[in-house]
Amino acid sequence: MSLQEELKGPPPAKLVVDHVSKWFQQKRQTIHALDDVAFEVAEGEFIVIVGPSGCGKSTLLDIVAGLEKPDKGQVLADNQPVLQPGRHRLVMFQESALFPWLNTFGNVMFGLRLKPGLRNSERREVAKFFLHLVGLEKFMEANVHELSGGMKQRVALARALAPNPRVLLMDEPFAALDAMTREQLYGDIQRIWEKRRKTIIFVTHNVREAACLADRVMIMSPTPGRLRDVFEVKLPRPRDFNSIEIAQHASQLTRALKGYMPNTTPAQT
Amino acid sequence: MKRVLLAILFFIALVAVWSAIVRAEIWSPILLPSPGSVAEYLTSAFRDGTLLQATAVTLRRLLLGYFIGLAIGLPLGLLTASSKFVEDTIGVLALGLQTLPSVCWVPLALLWFGQTEGAMLFVVIMGTVWSVVIATDTGVRTIPPIFARAARTMGSGPFHKWVHVLLPASLPYLVSGMKQGWAFAWRSLMAAEIYVTILTGFGLGHLLHYGRELNAMDQVIGIMLVIVVIGLLADKILFSPWERFLHRRWGTGRV
Repeated sequence: MSLQEELKGPPPAKLVVDHVSKWFQQKRQTIHALDDVAFEVAEGEFIVIVGPSGCGKSTLLDIVAGLEKPDKGQVLADNQPVLQPGRHRLVMFQESALFPWLNTFGNVMFGLRLKPGLRNSERREVAKFFLHLVGLEKFMEANVHELSGGMKQRVALARALAPNPRVLLMDEPFAALDAMTREQLYGDIQRIWEKRRKTIIFVTHNVREAACLADRVMIMSPTPGRLRDVFEVKLPRPRDFNSIEIAQHASQLTRALKGYMPNTTPAQT
Repeated sequence: MKRVLLAILFFIALVAVWSAIVRAEIWSPILLPSPGSVAEYLTSAFRDGTLLQATAVTLRRLLLGYFIGLAIGLPLGLLTASSKFVEDTIGVLALGLQTLPSVCWVPLALLWFGQTEGAMLFVVIMGTVWSVVIATDTGVRTIPPIFARAARTMGSGPFHKWVHVLLPASLPYLVSGMKQGWAFAWRSLMAAEIYVTILTGFGLGHLLHYGRELNAMDQVIGIMLVIVVIGLLADKILFSPWERFLHRRWGTGRV
């Protein structure tokens, strides 16, 4: 199999979140994390889920990944119910979750090694391709602790993209980064998404980030976690994080979010 | 290079102080022999082969017991970290027995195995296993859960997860546990060898014991030196490469 064939791979997947509810049993109380959340994601669509902390957005992402099981409802990936984690839906976490016992290259190879049907020489080629894509080909041999926060997340992105998943799930991947690095990564992720079209669900509490990246923004509210609103962002790409249009969309999202916050008055306009 | 030179100078100074004390004749040379007489004993013991033979006997017991101990201790530690039942049973046992100096096993070992190699091995294994169990257990428990989650999403199954995630992730703890296990194994073997005579082979501990019986302190100190040197070499050969790897990868080791 050539690198080009391997990079083609399967097309991005369609996702259906089919009326998912989830409760967490704690010592003293039961937490209603998700309440009847339902939406669909088209092939290759970039969805951003926005909500305050505790609205269950990360739980939802875990359920789509197959790391958690819903108590009610189900998630379908290309009409197949998601029962466990799988190589076709890879996750990028808030902390990079890179393995400190491997170097940069070894980390990108980790998922590739678990992918059958490839020779090791092909795996190495694919890993190099993706390290190049995120601009870190010079850091192949670097240890994780030698990388900056932004570089770590780039490696994590390369690691998630390398096995050619059909869905990419991103759980506040840029939240721990400084503003400058983050803005750089918004550009990178848009550029990479153009080249490597994936179905993406991206979770954040940053409305501007949502407006900058999403095809559609889903708004969630806490206790219990509910899906409240959907906004389409029809701006051309690549989008500039600092543009006025993004700011306008972001303030629209903020207003909507505030309206669903418990114990707060709706924003006055 | 500078560090090696400094270390050599330090040890030369130490020997100089030692011989100065001997020359001052505060204690009789029977109590404190001179560096020269210790060196004399060591060369003669080396020439007639007793030293090499004893070292070989001791090292064979030590390495065999140590690696058997590791082979038992590592999987046991993984089990105690992953199963509540094993944690509440074997885990508690390990915690208790770890505090027991392993020379306490010598009387039982003699009764069960007689004056044989088996008794020696048993004592060394008992000295190794428990600290390795505890270190492995702690190591696995301190792994951030996100590593296992990330691995699962990439398609890592239970066995793959153990071998490629949990074991390497707990490596820093494993290496320090293995080091501790080594120290315990070494101590318990020396205690056992000084304590009992095993007819199938005389180890370093026996030579030290005879040195005491014959009032030959040059022999006692000579054997002690050999034991120290073996300990240092073992550290450099067995553990230093691992520690260097850990420091490089994890970015630790310098404050």
